[in-house]
Amino acid sequence: MAPLLSVRDLQTYFHTDEGTVRAVDGVSFDVDAGETVCLVGESGSGKTVACESITKLVPMPPGEIEGGEIRFDGEDLAAKSSGELQGYRGGRIGHVFQNPLGALDPVYTIGDQVVEAIRLHQDVSKADARDQAADLLDRVGIGDVEDRIDDYPHQFSGGMKQRVVVAMALACDPDLLIADEPTTALDVTIQAQVLRLLAELQEERGMGLLFVTHDLGVVAEIADRVVVMYAGKVMETGDVHEVFDRPSHPYTRALLRCLPGRGRAFETIGGTLPDPTDPPAGCRFHPRCPHAVEGCRTDDQPAFHPVEDGAGRNSPGPLGDGETGDGTAAAGAATDGTAADATPAEGRQAAETAADGPRDHEVSCLLYGPDHSLPPDLLAEHAEVDDD
Amino acid sequence: MTEDPVGDAAPTEEALLSVRGLEKHYPVREGLLRRVSGQVKAVDGVSFEVREGETFGLVGESGCGKSTTATSLLRLEEPTDGEVYFDGEDITEYDSTAEKRFRRRAQMVFQDPTSAFDPRMTVGESVAEPLSIHGVRETHRRNEIVADLLERVGLDASDAHRYPHEFSGGQKQRIALARALVLNPDLLVADEPVSALDVSVQAEILSLLDSLQSELGLSMLLISHDLGVVRQVCDRVGVMYLGEIVEKGPTEELFASPQHPYTEALLSSIPSPDPDERGETVELTGDVPDPSNPPAGCSFHTRCPRVIPPDDLDVETDAFRTLLDFRFAVEAGDLEDGAAPDAETVRADYDLPASLGDEAAERALAGAVDDVVAGEGERAADRLAETFTTVCEREGPALTETAAGHLAACHLHETERAVPERYVSE
Repeated sequence: MAPLLSVRDLQTYFHTDEGTVRAVDGVSFDVDAGETVCLVGESGSGKTVACESITKLVPMPPGEIEGGEIRFDGEDLAAKSSGELQGYRGGRIGHVFQNPLGALDPVYTIGDQVVEAIRLHQDVSKADARDQAADLLDRVGIGDVEDRIDDYPHQFSGGMKQRVVVAMALACDPDLLIADEPTTALDVTIQAQVLRLLAELQEERGMGLLFVTHDLGVVAEIADRVVVMYAGKVMETGDVHEVFDRPSHPYTRALLRCLPGRGRAFETIGGTLPDPTDPPAGCRFHPRCPHAVEGCRTDDQPAFHPVEDGAGRNSPGPLGDGETGDGTAAAGAATDGTAADATPAEGRQAAETAADGPRDHEVSCLLYGPDHSLPPDLLAEHAEVDDD
Repeated sequence: MTEDPVGDAAPTEEALLSVRGLEKHYPVREGLLRRVSGQVKAVDGVSFEVREGETFGLVGESGCGKSTTATSLLRLEEPTDGEVYFDGEDITEYDSTAEKRFRRRAQMVFQDPTSAFDPRMTVGESVAEPLSIHGVRETHRRNEIVADLLERVGLDASDAHRYPHEFSGGQKQRIALARALVLNPDLLVADEPVSALDVSVQAEILSLLDSLQSELGLSMLLISHDLGVVRQVCDRVGVMYLGEIVEKGPTEELFASPQHPYTEALLSSIPSPDPDERGETVELTGDVPDPSNPPAGCSFHTRCPRVIPPDDLDVETDAFRTLLDFRFAVEAGDLEDGAAPDAETVRADYDLPASLGDEAAERALAGAVDDVVAGEGERAADRLAETFTTVCEREGPALTETAAGHLAACHLHETERAVPERYVSE
């Protein structure tokens, strides 16, 4: 079955006075009906631009979709004009943004705004739309709807406003909901409520959910599949359990390691994001990567290589809790132990039969390719963790 | 809020900063004449201390008063009541000379590094400004100090000639740190210093803070909503809810064995970066109450999943929570105007059981549900309020020592009550 949304080799550039910013530079991912896919990355990774390109919410100019394909239910959205896409936005594709305050008009009641969202895409009377709006608001957990439907946005708390925005996005029963950092502006206890609500609604309606976030905790909470982005490229993709159990790309590993509160050891990535107008050749992460080899510095972003589960040659271990303690001694000892286990050539075959679509656990890193084996220091890192 | 104003068993001699019963209330004004119609109790009796060389963390959700605590203890805002001892002296009684001296020894770093700088001043001028205010007149001496500090925070001495917009958010936060440290303070108050930054940059700033602290022997008060950040850098933590500290103790103890239901819920709401631990959260119902009209008694009782049922009713805590939620909904008038067609719908809407085991409780509930259906909201509210009451709404709990050793303000820990197993076993 074809996926609900299929993005292939998407390139969205911004033409600015300082040069062309390659915000999204060859990104591919799929979202199935009923599935939650998380785009995760730090600011500047291109995750927001990628999801705003789908319905061309990116301001054009200066933005431009330079290439790639966006197939939604069989149709290529990239080829459609912004006007044609108007029918999709808020219709079959719903949007929820980070800041609920910016998404609501302060001078209209929330009832009016939900009614407007319904009547934009459905030919129903005002009274019917209002009934629908009341049902929706009730469904997203606005208590006492009859009283509150005529309230203005400022009379709601942040969490309640975000529920209203979710209700508006659901007004036309979308097949795909795109949520860009919908809980980032909320407190953790409210975030937990909104995440629970989104998961329930998704299951109830069988929507595809494309969820953009920088928070790996949120990803672990709701994702079925994960797409890790860095500087406009996809670094790693796979099932959420596989990616968290065996984070494979050095960037993913580094990102997980610098989450605060995982022990007293301070782990940082070092270096800074590359200049988006002049990204480095080879792997975008190589200037900051502790494992980079010569091949990482030339050509394009490496192709995707499968990550094996089990004890194969390119099978990374889980991350430790960051409490490395006397790191050097442990690492040294462990290297001897695992070097013997890491028999080369195993899994080489799997690498050659890599699937086409970004479905399996795959990583855009040369070290996982057929011509390399994981370097001792990366293996040591895993082994040291296994010892814990 | 408590008899023991400091609330810490530890001796106070080693405390660089000691805050006792700090209060900051804002008047709410209404109408044409701007009459004071109420008070927002942003900070309502907060006590803690920061010892020499340690980091104390204040953590809580937005609106809990943590930032106001910081600004009032530094007297950036005049506190309504309470005492703040800095190095043994009460700063609320400082005259202007003493205050200037205090300003030199206590510095603050804010959340948003972008708005913390004058865009028309070079970084060097910004960092040197406190020096000229506090009397270092020689330019070359100032430049030396600035160059030294910029290098300490991981930048280049030549960056002094550049402007703030040339730096990334993380670099600007480094510059803000350099400026805060330029007068060689004893106390650094950092209000959400990393929440505007990406995780990888967060890690850099936190590790910089940590190394600067040990290098310079700084005492630090760190304010954050992010429990991960607090856990990473703080020695001791106070958890705030609606202007009060509800739990306080050494970081690892508090995280390993939270003793207040709010802390427990807060900890479990942080999504853990492990998909296998999905859904293991204590979900809180409702929003944070309005601070201008906080609930009576324990201010958390309106959301608390461990609210204490009255002794004369045989009702489980979970059932009692739904009963209270129903009572509060009726009191708020949510069920008026025919929103309740029949008793069954009402019970289903509010997750109430079809019948309660306890006879008296069932009688009261059935009566109230019937009243609601009959449109007699007030009578229902009275009936519910009479039966379903809790010590949590009658009395505010004091910070008391718990089985785990640290302090929590919760009736569950009072001596005459059996402490739930959850709090003892761990």
